[in-house]
Amino acid sequence: MKFSLTTTALAGTLALVLGFAAPALADIKIGATLSETGPASFLGDPEAKTLKMLVEEINAAGGVNGEKIDLIVYDDGGDPNKARTFATRLVEDDEVVAVIGGTTTGTSMAIIPVFEDAEIPFISLAGAIEIIDPVRPFTFKTPHTDRMACAKIFEDMKKAGIGKIGLISGSDGFGASMRKQCLEIIGDYGIEVLADETYGPTDADMTPQLTNIKGKDGVQAVLNPGFGQGPAIVTRNYAQLAVGLPLYQSHGVASDGFIELAGAEAAEGVRLPGTALLVASLLPESDPQRAVVVAYKDAYEKATGKPVSTFGGYAHDALRILVDAITRAGSTEPSAIRDAIEGTSGLVGTTGTVTMTAEDHLGLDLSAFRMLQIEKGGWKIVE
Amino acid sequence: MRLSSKTTTLLILAAVIAIAPVFFPSSYYFRVGSLIFVNGLAVTGLVILIGYAGQISLGHAGFAGIGAYACALAPVHLGLHPALAAVLGAALSAAIAFLVGRPILRLKGYYLAVASLGFGILVSMVLSNEAQLTGGPDGMAVPELGLRAVLKAIGIDLSNTEFWYAFSGLVLVIGAWLALNLYHSPTGRALRALHGSEVAARTVGVDVAHYKLVAFVLSAVYASVSGSLLALQNKFITPDVAGFMHSIEMVTMAVLGGAGSVLGAILGAAILTTLPQVLTVFQEYEQLMLGLVMMLVMIFMREGLLPSITRRIRGRAE
Repeated sequence: MKFSLTTTALAGTLALVLGFAAPALADIKIGATLSETGPASFLGDPEAKTLKMLVEEINAAGGVNGEKIDLIVYDDGGDPNKARTFATRLVEDDEVVAVIGGTTTGTSMAIIPVFEDAEIPFISLAGAIEIIDPVRPFTFKTPHTDRMACAKIFEDMKKAGIGKIGLISGSDGFGASMRKQCLEIIGDYGIEVLADETYGPTDADMTPQLTNIKGKDGVQAVLNPGFGQGPAIVTRNYAQLAVGLPLYQSHGVASDGFIELAGAEAAEGVRLPGTALLVASLLPESDPQRAVVVAYKDAYEKATGKPVSTFGGYAHDALRILVDAITRAGSTEPSAIRDAIEGTSGLVGTTGTVTMTAEDHLGLDLSAFRMLQIEKGGWKIVE
Repeated sequence: MRLSSKTTTLLILAAVIAIAPVFFPSSYYFRVGSLIFVNGLAVTGLVILIGYAGQISLGHAGFAGIGAYACALAPVHLGLHPALAAVLGAALSAAIAFLVGRPILRLKGYYLAVASLGFGILVSMVLSNEAQLTGGPDGMAVPELGLRAVLKAIGIDLSNTEFWYAFSGLVLVIGAWLALNLYHSPTGRALRALHGSEVAARTVGVDVAHYKLVAFVLSAVYASVSGSLLALQNKFITPDVAGFMHSIEMVTMAVLGGAGSVLGAILGAAILTTLPQVLTVFQEYEQLMLGLVMMLVMIFMREGLLPSITRRIRGRAE
């Protein structure tokens, strides 16, 4: 293969000109549509605060590849239709290179087609497995799925020699979805469900359902997939009835608020899968996640004066994954960023260590969860 | 030559829809435009109910929900084309409006508002709770309408947002045309008569219960079609479409722009759809500003924006 001198010279000049012409300090535009207000604001608010705080931090430290991040956040109020409009706006009008967001499963699912059409990488902060299964080329997510929480709980049960359980789940979106996913994989662990009870999201007393479970012969433990106040009431009633079997709660109530609501006495001995963030100060020095979660927790609590939440952690991880990808790609081309996100390997976040592949756009394994036990009103890691 | 008010309204509407894209800097504006038209269609339905017949409904998002979920469910379970599904949704909405309308339209004022509110909440509860069918609060996917591909085959290649702008704009013009025709028809006169005074209308032989029901059913069909358009455009739907806030939004749009005038109501829809987009900069004050605009209009322009403004302009001219 031969190039004439002129061609080489021309190509060289062109490359030089292009190199100079590309503005070195063009901001990297990253968009987000989050539910800062509305029914999902307890998720969206810490997410937005986290993103703003981290972007400020990154920019103060010199940005990414020498370029500052320009973060554009819209509040969709949890309305999928609004989220869709903001997603279109981010892509068409703001011309962002990547988007974080979709606080809820509904808003995430509504905006995925916008990014897939425009070929802009999108990292969702919502729980449902449908977001990444089947895998879509430009869609990723950071929170672990309910199925993983189920798997973690069943592993722990198996270790304790528990083979027959009673199930009591909330009939709200979270409880119903987790119940379904738990039942889908429970066979793999050889565990049998002897009682399957439900309660409404606003029920104030679960004694009848728990009495039923207590009356079933052979039940060795009780699992309660649920969200909000329901599990706290279940825990109280469970103690009142003196069921005396191990009680497992879900990651949906992995917060200090749950212990307060249920009362330290009733919650004593309850086991649940939680993230490292919840027990940041309890992690051993050798834990690879310790440095990350402690740094985020301290920074967040200092910046906002509010206790850190798992949900803000999802946004933290999404931004870290994105920044890592842009750094490695050395480019702000959306398709290059996408490829780099898929190549994320061993990135330590608050929810776990993320390693993505072309088939796995979540990149977390069961080590993302810690099995926790409530003791004397506090948390204890039990593995 | 003096044009009738009907022709003028339609001309203004069609011209604005056709010319506006010239000023759009990016295709995001097509998206906002198509949302305005979708909302405008639902609000045009409310003009028939509130403006013509003088009845109130705080549950019309329920019908939008029925129309939207028809487009999501019928193609999957009945194998219908999405366009036919929208028609089925409209028919179903009309049937339900007919059944529900009979008893609740006997009520007046607050009682009617509360009864219709109950209906709307009921629909949204069914959509949230029947998760195995509707996907619950997480929503479900809606199939592609397919019209864009047809247009592309005959040489009209539109982007997704452009297509929905044009299509929902067209549906809105048709909807407005039908509503304006109704105004001048015998039915329209009967509706306006019972709005003025039910007793007087009954005395001159208007079947009040019948005409109230006609208005209710028609407005339900408008809401249903608007819900279908929204579902097909977003290709994803959640129970929020049938939510209480959506009902309130519709009535607010109608009242703000002028419930008695089709063009006014569409103007109301345009303002309330664009405001949240304009106000993203003052995000925290969004609700405050909306409230302020609403209060000012209610105090100084009690018929709504457009009717009050035209009256003032006319008053000055004559």
